[in-house]
Amino acid sequence: MRADLGTRTWRIASSPHLAQTVSCSRIMFIVIATLLPVTIWAVLNMGMLAVGLLVACIASTVGSEALWNWIARKPQTITDGSALLTGLLLALTMPPRTPLWIAVAGGVVAICLGKMLFGGLGWNLFNPALVGKAFVAISWAGVMSEQVVPGGWYRGIDVPAPEGHDAITGATRLAIAAADKAASGAYGFESSQHYVPLLFRNLEGSLGEISAALLILGGFILIAMRIIDWRIPAGYIGTAAVLSWAFGVDPVFHVLAGGLLLGAFFMATDYVTSPMTKVGRFLFGCGCGLINIVARLYGPGPEATTWAILFMNGLVPLIDRLTASRVFGWRKKNG
Amino acid sequence: MRNRGFSGGIHPSSNKERSRDSIVRRPSMPPRLHVPLSQHLGAPASPLVSSGDTVLRGQIIGEAQGPISAPVHSPVEGEVTGVYSTRLLSGAHGDVFEIVPDPHQDWDSFVKIDDSGDVSETIRMAGIVGLGGAAFPSSVKLHSSHGKPIRTVIVNGCECEPYLTCDDRLMRESPARVVTGARILGKAMGAKRIVIALEDDKPEAQEALSRHAESDVEIVVFPARYPQGAEKQLIYSIIREEVPHGRLPASVGVLVHNVGTAAAIADAVQLRKPLIERIVTVTGHVGQPANFLTLIGTPMSHLLSEAGGFAEGVSRIISGGPMTGTAVPDLELPVVKGTSGLVALADADLPPAVHADQPCIRCSRCVDACPMRLQPYAIGIHANRADWDGIQRFVPLSCIECGCCETVCPTRRPLIQLIRRAKQVLISKGVEA
Repeated sequence: MRADLGTRTWRIASSPHLAQTVSCSRIMFIVIATLLPVTIWAVLNMGMLAVGLLVACIASTVGSEALWNWIARKPQTITDGSALLTGLLLALTMPPRTPLWIAVAGGVVAICLGKMLFGGLGWNLFNPALVGKAFVAISWAGVMSEQVVPGGWYRGIDVPAPEGHDAITGATRLAIAAADKAASGAYGFESSQHYVPLLFRNLEGSLGEISAALLILGGFILIAMRIIDWRIPAGYIGTAAVLSWAFGVDPVFHVLAGGLLLGAFFMATDYVTSPMTKVGRFLFGCGCGLINIVARLYGPGPEATTWAILFMNGLVPLIDRLTASRVFGWRKKNG
Repeated sequence: MRNRGFSGGIHPSSNKERSRDSIVRRPSMPPRLHVPLSQHLGAPASPLVSSGDTVLRGQIIGEAQGPISAPVHSPVEGEVTGVYSTRLLSGAHGDVFEIVPDPHQDWDSFVKIDDSGDVSETIRMAGIVGLGGAAFPSSVKLHSSHGKPIRTVIVNGCECEPYLTCDDRLMRESPARVVTGARILGKAMGAKRIVIALEDDKPEAQEALSRHAESDVEIVVFPARYPQGAEKQLIYSIIREEVPHGRLPASVGVLVHNVGTAAAIADAVQLRKPLIERIVTVTGHVGQPANFLTLIGTPMSHLLSEAGGFAEGVSRIISGGPMTGTAVPDLELPVVKGTSGLVALADADLPPAVHADQPCIRCSRCVDACPMRLQPYAIGIHANRADWDGIQRFVPLSCIECGCCETVCPTRRPLIQLIRRAKQVLISKGVEA
């Protein structure tokens, strides 16, 4: 038991002498773990299409980060898990029939333009996965939509009704809803009949839209583990639901459909690109929900969730500044 | 009475169970004591004895110099065998008396301080400084109000630092001295309200104090949370007023003293006893964690031996608690008036080495944890860039260096070091706020 007391040289360090936290890479892997149920369910239902996209996205994000660091002679950072998470999130936003070369382009842009160009982890203003998604959505809108639904996404009301279409030729449920709403001001179907498929097995959408229930499960685990702040998804989903109701559309359908839940629990909650204050995070979530629903119902095209979160990412510095707390012992706000 | 208190804070594992049930006892007499002349904030005391002199227990051996200073007394009857200069725990050099104790000590007797009749003068003559760790001369604190009335005297028994149990044991074993000290302070300041504050992880102390406190002394209990015992946070929790930046607690009519200080004040006034010993918690990975009634000047190595030595894996010894304490570079350094504990920590307890180039991932844990509602991440980023103009709007000078931010940081950025650096630079540039 007794160690030598006298002759030893002690290394010193400044306080605090305690660490009580999860490490950065552990946080990343916890988030990845909570995305695994929905990822595995997508693979089971979509097979090699999903596997191909996952491999393409993850290999391109991790690979481009590794290559960037190597060329820039920077310390290697791929073990922090954040590039892996970006790749996984990007894949989950892709429709199953997206060509793999487009997925790879998305991954490269996500990391290089979305993250490394800003200075790497922690310095980027916009969510890297969504930068990648936005890039491919703009650049190859035609190609991607052709691959999903012959006849196109959001092309008008001539898409087949949900009962009569199958996984490969059908439009997304949201596309049908949007098209009907645009044409006649009402759904051409009973939206509640979509609840169960959207919750548990929805083949008409991107990989991550396969099951809203699994996304909600993952999100709640992250909130319970205090990895993410409940204020962002609460503000996001709450605003989306209230606004849908106010616009006269079915709130439950609009919360479950499309990329909203993946965005609310896993994208908008990205630490780097969300506000630093509690009030700010709630407002940020509300802003995402607002833009998402308005863009979805009245916007010119798909990707409402992507644009909503990216737009709000851009407001984060302003939100941080406006919602900073008054420092203890000061009358007026600093900063 | 319970209330919600300040904002922010963290809940580190307290680890107090290791030593909280160990009754306060005296360690064996060390062969030598090393009594520094500077054990307090302010000017060192000037020596009154020299090598070869015989001293009595409680005899004054260093005289206070200047307005902010404190006298030093010999903790034992014995012989001064040397006066030498060495680097103290603070990093500054200072003079130290080496005293060889007489083997036959009468623990109950000591040279009494003069009966001045004035509480503040008695506290000054007894050499009492803040025993919570800051070691600010207590009598000076009594005069810091500059004529402003002190409405509330708070005696701080929160002991929110992990591991430490010296205040807990004091309150459990000597509640009467703590309550008496609180009353003396309250009376001396003319305070309307006397409060003894502690955390709810010390139910025995709460009960013991309640038995001695009449209606004149309030016992206020807060949920255990770090840093409940930090002065500004404690004051806010009790009177719901913030001490303005750059001002003293007296500006909101409050005086705060640690429970150990209150007990020492009770001894000084009632027994005319100078401050020559204090309770020190020796804990962490040691044989038998203990609370020692320790003579000032006892080498840390002696106390660690008395606690059964420390385990093989111990890589850092902390003087004080792990959140704000100082890593000990040399175990021959002595216990001084401000030493509340010695905590032996192994690598598994310690944070991994930190690098300023680790990125901030903006997780906001530091912002949520800061009890001053600062933005530690932003101060850290600006300090890294040496952007001393841009940093000012984040008011690093308001930081109390409690360590919450760095403790919760997932990328383990050295936030406290960066903030200290910022404070140094801003102070040297003459920035007031």
